[in-house]
Amino acid sequence: MGAPCDRCEELLQDFLDRTLSDAEWREAEEHLGDCDYCRRRYRFEETLRRYVRTSSVERMPPGLMDKLAELRGLDATA
Amino acid sequence: MSEPSTDTEARRIATEARDRARFEEDALALADQVYRVARRLVGSREEAEDLVQETYARAFRSWKSFTPGTNLRAWLLRILTNLNVDRGRKIQRSPQTQPLEESDYYLANKLASAGGEEVLEADDVAERLSQDSIVNALAEIQPQFRDVVVLVDIGDFSYADAAQILDVPIGTVMSRLHRGRRALKQHLAEGAIS
Repeated sequence: MGAPCDRCEELLQDFLDRTLSDAEWREAEEHLGDCDYCRRRYRFEETLRRYVRTSSVERMPPGLMDKLAELRGLDATA
Repeated sequence: MSEPSTDTEARRIATEARDRARFEEDALALADQVYRVARRLVGSREEAEDLVQETYARAFRSWKSFTPGTNLRAWLLRILTNLNVDRGRKIQRSPQTQPLEESDYYLANKLASAGGEEVLEADDVAERLSQDSIVNALAEIQPQFRDVVVLVDIGDFSYADAAQILDVPIGTVMSRLHRGRRALKQHLAEGAIS
């Protein structure tokens, strides 16, 4: 792993967030095209984000919705 | 024949009641999503439940301050994060900043050096990173960084929405997000390689 990989690592988060400039985007794409090492790490990061996103799939505890619905109509001065 | 002014007043009251009912209905429809974010912002299910109830109580009281057509989910989360801070979380926070790996490949490198480059392929990663390990790693991140990771990476809020919810500049959201994600990977690495 050399300087181009360091640079690619720097671009990782913004690449996945799609906030890179066009020039940076091309730079990352070009490097990823030639570099298994970085490509694997980018894919890993993508997978990780998917896990994080789905790590909180817990539904509301039963009864909470009813409690919230009962709060309707609360007076502004209450 | 009724007085025109009484008519106008009656119409105004009817309109307000209708607007209010619609607001309440819209807010309740988001309760599941609000709870899901709350659940990752605080430590326990009970706390999350309390926090969501307080949030809705405040939201229903101050419904008039919501601007229709703007992001209601972000508005509710703003109330929720403010209440969460009011609950004294700031006082509990440990003052020292944890040293952080300044590397985005850190976790991948750790996993690869323990099990070879192949473990980075999706199926192997799933075996190593259980849902519990992610939940625990999130819980270990310092709150100010965790809030941003939870809002953006779990709650799917934009940087701009997260900035508004937390009342910080967008640049702060971005730097906390980068830092929070690195902290998450560091905690995951500590858990996965032992």
